[in-house]
Amino acid sequence: MSYTTQTQTSMEAAGESAGNEFLAFTLGREEYGIDILRVQEIRGYEPVTRIANAPDFIKGVVNLRGTIVPVVDMRIKFDLGTPTYDQFTVVIILNIGGRVVGMVVDSVSDVTTLTPEQIKPAPEIGTTFDTDYLIGLGTLDERMLILVDIDKLMSSAEMGLIEKLAA
Amino acid sequence: MTIDMSQFYQVFFDEADELLAEMEKLLLALDVSAPDSEDLNAIFRAAHSIKGGAATFAFTDITEVTHMLESLLDRIRKGEMALTPEHVDAFLVAKDVLTMQMDGHHHGSSVDQAAVDNVCQRLKALSQGAMADAPVAAPAPAVATAPEPVATPVVDVDGNCRFRIELPEVPQKDVDALATELGLLGTIEQEALDDKRAVFILTTGESQDNIVAICSFVLDPDDLKITYHAAPTAASADAVPGTPAEDPGYGIFEPENSPATAPQVSTPAADAAAVPAGEVKNYGRRATDKEGASQESSSIRVSVEKVDQLINLVGELVITQAMIEQRIAALDPLHHERLLNSAGQLARNTRDLQEAVMSIRMMPMDYVFSRFPRMVRDLAAKLGKKVEFVTRGAATELDKGLIERIVDPLTHLVRNSVDHGIEMPDKRKVSGKTEAGKLVLSAAHQGGNIVIEVSDDGGGLNRDRILAKAKSQGLPVSDTMPDADVWQLIFAPGFSTAEVVTDVSGRGVGMDVVKRNITAMGGTVDIRSIPGTGTTIAISLPLTLAILDGMSVKVGEEIYILPLGYVIESLQPAAVDVKEVAGQGKVVKVREEYLPLIPLYQIFAIDPRFEDPSQGIIVILESDGKKAALLVDSLVGQQQVVVKNLESNFRKVAGISGATILGDGGVSLILDVSALLRSSRQLNADPVFF
Amino acid sequence: MKTILAVDDSGSLRQMLSFSLKAAGYGVIEAIDGEDGLNKAKQQTVDLVLTDQNMPGMDGLSLIKALRAMKNYQSVPILMLTTESGDDIKAMGRAAGANGWLVKPFDPTRLTEVVKKLIG
Repeated sequence: MSYTTQTQTSMEAAGESAGNEFLAFTLGREEYGIDILRVQEIRGYEPVTRIANAPDFIKGVVNLRGTIVPVVDMRIKFDLGTPTYDQFTVVIILNIGGRVVGMVVDSVSDVTTLTPEQIKPAPEIGTTFDTDYLIGLGTLDERMLILVDIDKLMSSAEMGLIEKLAA
Repeated sequence: MTIDMSQFYQVFFDEADELLAEMEKLLLALDVSAPDSEDLNAIFRAAHSIKGGAATFAFTDITEVTHMLESLLDRIRKGEMALTPEHVDAFLVAKDVLTMQMDGHHHGSSVDQAAVDNVCQRLKALSQGAMADAPVAAPAPAVATAPEPVATPVVDVDGNCRFRIELPEVPQKDVDALATELGLLGTIEQEALDDKRAVFILTTGESQDNIVAICSFVLDPDDLKITYHAAPTAASADAVPGTPAEDPGYGIFEPENSPATAPQVSTPAADAAAVPAGEVKNYGRRATDKEGASQESSSIRVSVEKVDQLINLVGELVITQAMIEQRIAALDPLHHERLLNSAGQLARNTRDLQEAVMSIRMMPMDYVFSRFPRMVRDLAAKLGKKVEFVTRGAATELDKGLIERIVDPLTHLVRNSVDHGIEMPDKRKVSGKTEAGKLVLSAAHQGGNIVIEVSDDGGGLNRDRILAKAKSQGLPVSDTMPDADVWQLIFAPGFSTAEVVTDVSGRGVGMDVVKRNITAMGGTVDIRSIPGTGTTIAISLPLTLAILDGMSVKVGEEIYILPLGYVIESLQPAAVDVKEVAGQGKVVKVREEYLPLIPLYQIFAIDPRFEDPSQGIIVILESDGKKAALLVDSLVGQQQVVVKNLESNFRKVAGISGATILGDGGVSLILDVSALLRSSRQLNADPVFF
Repeated sequence: MKTILAVDDSGSLRQMLSFSLKAAGYGVIEAIDGEDGLNKAKQQTVDLVLTDQNMPGMDGLSLIKALRAMKNYQSVPILMLTTESGDDIKAMGRAAGANGWLVKPFDPTRLTEVVKKLIG
């Protein structure tokens, strides 16, 4: 089954580079996990400068110690929960291949270590994300983390963050 | 041990590039009739060094050319052959060929083998030609006095040296005592000078040090003069034992001639003390050599990214400092005097730091200027003109980013001056000018800008022709226009100046491109021209790309920055001056001219305060000779902003050229004025952005 | 670790010398001309000096002479690097106090071979 093969390949890739540590965060009522090595820092939400004609989920750009960093709101992108901006709103600053991106989420829970046995292939249907962007589902006691291949997602045409894929 | 030699190539290429550039510079500056011996030495050394590197890295084609170059140069620098203009020409061609070969190895570009053969032939012919009538007299006194290896001792087969020891005036008994003492060191002969002073010729394996030491018992070593004396038997190949029959490319002198007993011939101190001024060995080091060498040893190579990162961090610091300043401004100076003083100190330190960091990116204009002497020389020769080329202010510094971008526009302008500005020698003579035209390229700092001028004493621009041409092209002109405005017409797109302005027909010179490039760098171009006297084109650029003079404008809640260079004026139009053109959007009448209106809120999909132009403000912008009126809500102010790249973490955004950080830490976008104007035509027909 | 002072005005040659010698297990100090070499030799007494002959400013021969005049360099082996394989330059080098010569171009193998002969 081509599907399984794909998932395992990305699991292996993630396993090698990530050391299986994931940053857990929530979007709406779902809990997600991303490779901790991609996370540069976590900040509160600050006012952004809007980019004209950009899609809704691209909130704009902010100044991160002198560099201009785009901020995307995953809640808008994946239509999860209500995008509110208050003192609890969190921006995860990601570093994807040298490019820095801010990602707005509802909250950040913790950093979790998952063994390969705890990671199950994602079902083909039933998640908000295209399975292409998923590493799998992580289970930890009662919790279930949707593990996102953040590299792949952020460089996708869908996010429109990178030049070659611009409209 | 096998080592991949290719890892050293890059350094060799860089170094060879520098050496070739240096060689060209020296060749161009050579006075053929009286060449400076130091310059000849330096040219020789450059060829020699390249040869050494090329041979090491097995670039045999380069070795071959440099070898010929080197041997010819060697004979010239030694005065065995007189320098002629043909030599200089051939050397310059050889330099070009070497550059081509180097590029071939480096970038894999094609190498014109015919050109290589040609230059080899030429160099060969030159060296043979000289063989025929060699030896010629030394070409110039400078060469005649080329330093012979004065401090080179002559060594005989036993490894002994012959010293000539000239004594000061001392009592005869001391001379005798010395002769006895020194005689123990080897064989000694004694002579007398005209003034009765004694001279010893000592053949010994001992060092000059020891001789001095012995003499110092009876006299002051400072009065002693020790030189090497011609050997009774010429040092020959036999003098070097240990040369193996099969040459492995190295050798070690025979063991018993170990360093401890090797002739120790001189010490710097003894040299200085014992050798009269005229004979002190001249290391031949020129001031510039010294400078270059010390620069090299006291500098480090740092990647541009690191420097830019530093500039970013300092930019951040500047903003933080501004925030502190803002917050403490409200404090009572009486109660917080010390805090306020410290904050003032912080402000000064921050500014100094920013300046210092910015200066790291600065490079001297010489980087650009140095490529022109050759171009002017070749172009003048091709056109049959005589041009004296002068550069001034080559040490003036400019941001690295700008320096790379100024090369093309300057090349256009310099070429233009030689091609169309400076007249043919006979024509100049008729006008009572010197046969050789003068072309001056200068750079100077003026305030926060650098002003680069290309100035010629040629025929000047022809006002009537420019006006006639402009009229025929339908440009809005009048016969009473001031000169400065007339000259600006040559920057209009499609205005072929070459055919019109001067009598020399040639390719159309893209002055519009020059102007566009310079505007894109945030600079301006001015022309001053007097008929029959000459033309000066002055380019004014900001010192760095990282800082921009901007006008901030507000639309809705957004603040945008307009580069001031594009802004002509801003005004609030009367309602009657705004007209709707069917299918073309709105136009605004400004000073009898209808300009397309670009409503910024519409382009960027913003909710503005004013949709009606007569309530908002229009900013008249000009780029590439095209004008338009940008509608905004209000003007906020003018300020210098630090330009940040949007694309490093995001992507190019249509209509935006970059971003900057405002005093409150927020981000403001910088408008791409050229793009806005370019698209203003199709604006209403078809949404251009996204 | 034995330390070698490599004096050459050519950066690529210096880099190659340095790389090859380091690969062979020696410590390397680089100098860009005679004067620089002399200064560096004063700062630290090295086990071997390799010097180019033709350099701007103080050339190789002058450097060798200056070194031999220093107490701690009387017995330090000095090897001349030269493009001239002519005998007169060898004679001059020998007279100045060099222990041997190495003709450029040389490959790293020859370089380490002759260095080993001199300082093991």
